[in-house]
Amino acid sequence: MTEKSSITLTINGRDHAIKVEARRTLADAIREDCGQTGTHIGCEHGVCGACTVIVDGEPVRSCLMFAAQAAGKQIRTVEGLAKGDTLHPMQQAFMDHHGLQCGFCTPGFLMLAVGVLEREPDISDDDLIDVLSSNLCRCTGYQNIIKAVRAAAKEMRK
Amino acid sequence: MKPAPFIRHVPKTLDEAVKILAQVAPQDGRVLAGGQSLVPIMAFRLAKPAHLVDINEIDGLDRIASDGTTLSIGACVRHGAFHKSVVGNPLGALLTFVARHIAHYPIRMRGTFCGSLAHADPSSEWCLTAATLDATIVARSTRGERPIPAREFFAGIMSTALAEDELLAEVRLPLLSPDTKFGFNEFSRRAGDFAMSAALVTYRLQGGKIAEARVGVGGAEPFPRRIAQAEAALNGQPPGDKAFRAAAEAAANAVEAMEDHQTSAEYRRDLVRAVVRRALEHSNR
Repeated sequence: MTEKSSITLTINGRDHAIKVEARRTLADAIREDCGQTGTHIGCEHGVCGACTVIVDGEPVRSCLMFAAQAAGKQIRTVEGLAKGDTLHPMQQAFMDHHGLQCGFCTPGFLMLAVGVLEREPDISDDDLIDVLSSNLCRCTGYQNIIKAVRAAAKEMRK
Repeated sequence: MKPAPFIRHVPKTLDEAVKILAQVAPQDGRVLAGGQSLVPIMAFRLAKPAHLVDINEIDGLDRIASDGTTLSIGACVRHGAFHKSVVGNPLGALLTFVARHIAHYPIRMRGTFCGSLAHADPSSEWCLTAATLDATIVARSTRGERPIPAREFFAGIMSTALAEDELLAEVRLPLLSPDTKFGFNEFSRRAGDFAMSAALVTYRLQGGKIAEARVGVGGAEPFPRRIAQAEAALNGQPPGDKAFRAAAEAAANAVEAMEDHQTSAEYRRDLVRAVVRRALEHSNR
């Protein structure tokens, strides 16, 4: 056990003052230290994408970033997507198009898709498929995820 | 799988970074840039560095600059910076095309060009680019700055000419002649996975004949390199199926293909033939 340092993570606009070891990943800090368990941890080595969050506007793997590196940055997780009882267009589209079954990969897919579409609203359908190849889903076969994200992309461009 | 404990150092300047690196390098200190290769290796406990020198908070390392002959890429320039062309030169389009093949979008938001070179995975797209275009790799330490030509930089699988106290501060790529054509192709089992073979080619056309051909092959040998025999098969020939097949055959014959638990050397040699031909076909669009 090495020394812990005090940092503040800003998640969905709320500050969390926590103490972490240098080796604490952002994914673990979000879940264990800040109690925001919507972000899921699958492989812990950057392959599955379940832990994808948005840091300063960029979708990133939170298992490949240390918590201390995210101090002072704006972190967004799946908990921040809905506005009260109104789902984010991406969440609504995943429901409407059956873009999920067990739901384990869903927070990662939502943050990936929202993060990319906010950066590149006019991204082509082909490029979207390339983006969605970033994350793994073992239930849906991806087709409904692609449908959902394309539908949400149209909605978000309005 | 969690990384082993380490002490994180957060220098604010490059001078401070190399000073710290000089102190901690003998105690297994390493540089942390994007972390998209290093952190997984740490999670697997294949690497247990006692110190990490995190260079992400140093101002100016994300700088991309062109002086008219050279493109300089700073130590913290992310792969994603190349999603759009960074320079009004065929090199800009080449880098954009190649960048799309690196891992996946969120990895490209964090991983760095220079970090890829320092990591020196045999299948790295940027290592192939550096070798094919004869990049200059700039190493910094408390002893000063040392430019290293790409052909002397790569030493083996994940092994380079960098000393343990040297930080890869910058990579310089030569700008290409405005009429340069390029082509790239790689083969991997899954989208975003490590390339089992990759090829990058550039050349100019003079009177309808190929000139100044460069053929780089990655993923097949311990490190990427230019294949002189394939370049010789192209120079002086008109671009087309005959020259492309001859160059692909020359490349396949020239490589000493690696074997692993999934892939025989013979299969990898076949892949080299295919990716070189496809890269050349891509160049002729």
